[in-house]
Amino acid sequence: MIALLSRDLQLAIRSGGGFGLGLAFFLLLAVLVPLGVGPEPALLARIAPGILWVGALLACLLSLDRIFALDFEDGSLDLLATAPIPLEGVVAIKGLAHWLVTGLPLTLAAPVLGVLLNLPVAGYGWLVLSLLIGTPALSVIGAFGAALTVGLKRGGLLLSLLVLPLYVPTLIFGAEVVRRGAAGLDAATPLLLLAGITAGAAALLPFAAAAALRVNLR
Amino acid sequence: MRLTVTDLSCARGGLTVLEGVGFTLTAGTALVLRGPNGIGKTTLLRTLAGLQPLVRGTVSAPSESLAYASHADGLKATLTAAENLAFWAAVHGTGAAEVAAALDRMNLSGLADRRAAHLSAGQKRRLGLARLLVTARPIWVLDEPTVSLDTASVAMFAGVIRTHLGGGGAALIATHIDMGLTGAAVLDLTPFKARTPADGGQRGAFDEAFG
Repeated sequence: MIALLSRDLQLAIRSGGGFGLGLAFFLLLAVLVPLGVGPEPALLARIAPGILWVGALLACLLSLDRIFALDFEDGSLDLLATAPIPLEGVVAIKGLAHWLVTGLPLTLAAPVLGVLLNLPVAGYGWLVLSLLIGTPALSVIGAFGAALTVGLKRGGLLLSLLVLPLYVPTLIFGAEVVRRGAAGLDAATPLLLLAGITAGAAALLPFAAAAALRVNLR
Repeated sequence: MRLTVTDLSCARGGLTVLEGVGFTLTAGTALVLRGPNGIGKTTLLRTLAGLQPLVRGTVSAPSESLAYASHADGLKATLTAAENLAFWAAVHGTGAAEVAAALDRMNLSGLADRRAAHLSAGQKRRLGLARLLVTARPIWVLDEPTVSLDTASVAMFAGVIRTHLGGGGAALIATHIDMGLTGAAVLDLTPFKARTPADGGQRGAFDEAFG
């Protein structure tokens, strides 16, 4: 399992695009929104939590189809399925690797981009905390969607359509945490719900995704 | 260590392609599967490897004893030959010694630090087959292992198989060419082609409509 994680990380680093694409998209969005909305600090401060969360979500979405498609094309998914690792474990590790190369860098970059969007000072801690807790759910749900669409040529569109509705609760509660935190209100309730979504997704979806993979490998 | 297949039917895309297949593979023996394109050799091997469910019959083998090598080699272009093998060794719980030995056996030692993207088709194939050696599993299930190998490499790989058989292993090989494995049994799959229900077989009606 650790071998699979380190291989996936190594591949992500060597092929470059792994880190870069999602992060670059997030950066572009945060730079362009203030230009498009206009120089109104109060308005920016109000929409900053939502924009940052939508940006992180879409950035995650960009690299989802690579989770299993590359391994499927070169045949290593077949070989992994016959290896002594349970397929559920393979899915969990792939989701973790995806989070480490997209979710974690996004979380770390978010405070810097918060400055561009004039996020109130009180919101920074909540922004990082909510992304740290919420983005793993995005990766695991994404891995499930990728498992469903793995055999399809250009399954990216279908994958986005399948996954977006499942992302909505994470987005709502994640942005709500930051909004309440920035306004100085109590953010514990949405944060706990966000953590609940992540815990539930991480516990259940690897099994569903492994079942989908078994069907798609036939 | 014994692989026993009894009255096996297997399907591809929901259609039964082979029925009534039965054979026994014991330690130290090899079985060569033959048959025209599309008869279901790959389907049979994938079913045995556990990648797809069987329609009918039984397959009995010790758990985790099959090492499957498909048409695709499962190589990562950005990893070196040694790193590719080291990954599969780690997955199967073997170590660096097995990786070095496998590279040496498949005549790849000089290419260990070369990225898989820069290997030729034959070299990739040899690297894909070297994976079998690091799995440390006794029963090799090989689907057209000699594709894109030159004559010398085929002879070398036949030698690797003989050594594996000599060490108590077994091999099930789907191939069209004569690999020079003397003593290997040959099973022609043509008689096992699924017959239509009218002839008492299990081939689907769907297939009749479009076949």
